[in-house]
Amino acid sequence: MSDEEDDLILDELDDGELVLQMHDDLYDGMADEIDEAVRILLKRGWLPYDVLTKALVEGMRIVGIDFRDGILFVPEVLLAAGAMKKGMGILKPLLIETGAPQLGKMVIGTVKGDIHDIGKNLVAMMMEGAGFEVVDLGINNPVEDYIDALKRENADILGMSALLTTTMPYMKIVIDTMKEQGIRDDYIVLVGGAPLNEEFGKAIGSDAYCRDAAVAVETAKEFMARKHNQR
Amino acid sequence: MKTLIIACGALAREVLALIELNDWQHMELTCLPADLHLYPDKIPDAVENAVGVARDKYERIFVAYADCGTGGILATRCEALGVEMIAGPHCYSFFEGNTGFAARDEITSFYLTDFLARQFDAFVWRPMGLDKHPELRDMYFGNYEKLVYLAQTKDESLMDAAKIAADKLGLEFEHRFTGYGDLEAALNF
Repeated sequence: MSDEEDDLILDELDDGELVLQMHDDLYDGMADEIDEAVRILLKRGWLPYDVLTKALVEGMRIVGIDFRDGILFVPEVLLAAGAMKKGMGILKPLLIETGAPQLGKMVIGTVKGDIHDIGKNLVAMMMEGAGFEVVDLGINNPVEDYIDALKRENADILGMSALLTTTMPYMKIVIDTMKEQGIRDDYIVLVGGAPLNEEFGKAIGSDAYCRDAAVAVETAKEFMARKHNQR
Repeated sequence: MKTLIIACGALAREVLALIELNDWQHMELTCLPADLHLYPDKIPDAVENAVGVARDKYERIFVAYADCGTGGILATRCEALGVEMIAGPHCYSFFEGNTGFAARDEITSFYLTDFLARQFDAFVWRPMGLDKHPELRDMYFGNYEKLVYLAQTKDESLMDAAKIAADKLGLEFEHRFTGYGDLEAALNF
């Protein structure tokens, strides 16, 4: 970044310029700048939901595209996510106060035997940003944890994540248990993780394999729309 | 029987050591880049290409890879190519012994071998961007508890390097001498 850009005074930018600058700052993982810009937009009377969707989620969508295309790599995505998280930290309580569209409820967690949560955390954050309520079960979840949470939370979607080829078969155990209990079709089941692919997702009986967080959001929206149409 | 071992670059020293130790004069070694592990989906094609290049020159070819994050795809490919490979999920497992490793069921341990202790910065620290952004460390390693150094050799300098790695990652350190584990038996045909 040039010295000229370093000297940029965010508050002097008009709304359109500031939002574009936020997309750049998210891309560069500049958490403090995102924090400042979110506060500026709120001070200017923006609705928290608009700040979230037009500035943060749109910025992360661009990050997601460049990650998919091999232009950005995991470290850069993590920095961007860290910046978005900082902005979300300001917006979350305000969104609860002011209300925002709720598209559905997702229970998400990394499967038993697996402690890797980077991808799962990204999905959870993007789902929240897109208007889903997310119940994050964390890591190393046995089948009972998933099923208890789905029932307790009256959720719409189950999201399962695994990074290891040794743990990804556990997703099938969860889905098979849901079938045994006669509840499989009550939920949309989405799976993801680096070693998975579409074929695996189909083979274990999930509704869809999601290759990244952006795809997870779009897939969840599509399935929720279908679910509503069926009612 | 003239045999070619197509190995992961991370196993080069160990395979050469075993060839020398056992006087396996019929064996030759070729290696694929160790950094293929950063993109495991590329391993099966790379192995297939290497097998194709060597097929006519050797009576037997052995693939010194375990599953290595390919989710069974490498095993399927090797079977289709008619070549054998190492059993187990990865080198941490076969160095410790697949049975013993599975029995431990350690999910919060991060492993180093001699190779990774020697190449920690090149294969762990820098590819994860931790040289430029050490603040990301806990996003990657926050759920791990200890670094286990699975040592193939008794080398104090590697022990020190592994301890430094554990310290950089903020993990407890444990050393386990494994020797070559199941690798020696896998190559002893």
